[in-house]
Amino acid sequence: MSRKARLQACLNTALTPMHLEVSDESHMHNVPEGAESHFKVLAVSEAFAGEKLIDRHRRVNALVRDELTDGLHALAIHAWTPQEWFDKGGGAAPASPECLGGSKQAS
Amino acid sequence: MDAVIERIDQQVNGHPVVIYMKGTPQMPQCGFSMRAAQALGDTGVAFAYVNVLQDPEIFENLPRYADWPTFPQIYIDGELVGGCDITLELAASGELKPMMESAAAKQESASSQGAA
Repeated sequence: MSRKARLQACLNTALTPMHLEVSDESHMHNVPEGAESHFKVLAVSEAFAGEKLIDRHRRVNALVRDELTDGLHALAIHAWTPQEWFDKGGGAAPASPECLGGSKQAS
Repeated sequence: MDAVIERIDQQVNGHPVVIYMKGTPQMPQCGFSMRAAQALGDTGVAFAYVNVLQDPEIFENLPRYADWPTFPQIYIDGELVGGCDITLELAASGELKPMMESAAAKQESASSQGAA
């Protein structure tokens, strides 16, 4: 199973989102093909209602902890309630920035 | 507390606003760090930065300091606010600048009381 499929399965189960978008953005970065290192998540769920942004992000990070310790290097998170998502236009997740090479700096 | 955690603690509590980033605000080395530093800069409120690529010890240990797995990390008034996505959302909703201003004012009044 790809990391994308694992992330989708895990977040679907835990958050029962009305909308979930998991994108593998590794190709935007200076990593080998198939690295599955950089991902973006848009999760729209009532489960986030009344929760601060940092707590929503902590929850998502905790759900995917095993992936983060196993090669998942970057995870952009957009965690909104359905109302917030509608207020933002109900579209796709915001575009992630271009890579500036920092993850290769150490080598 | 071990030495590096103590060092992080001093940085986080010694400045109203600190960003731990890859590169510098002038020369960011990661798109997420760039956007977050830009959002802080756009408020016009002064902030401190730590280039984690120049400090392997902090790079290794910061994730366990506040149990946050990725960079950048933004601290305001001694507390983790989040990473790039949250900082941008707070900027867009207009909350970021007042948070930074109130942290700066708090630290200024604390230091002037200390001097008196």
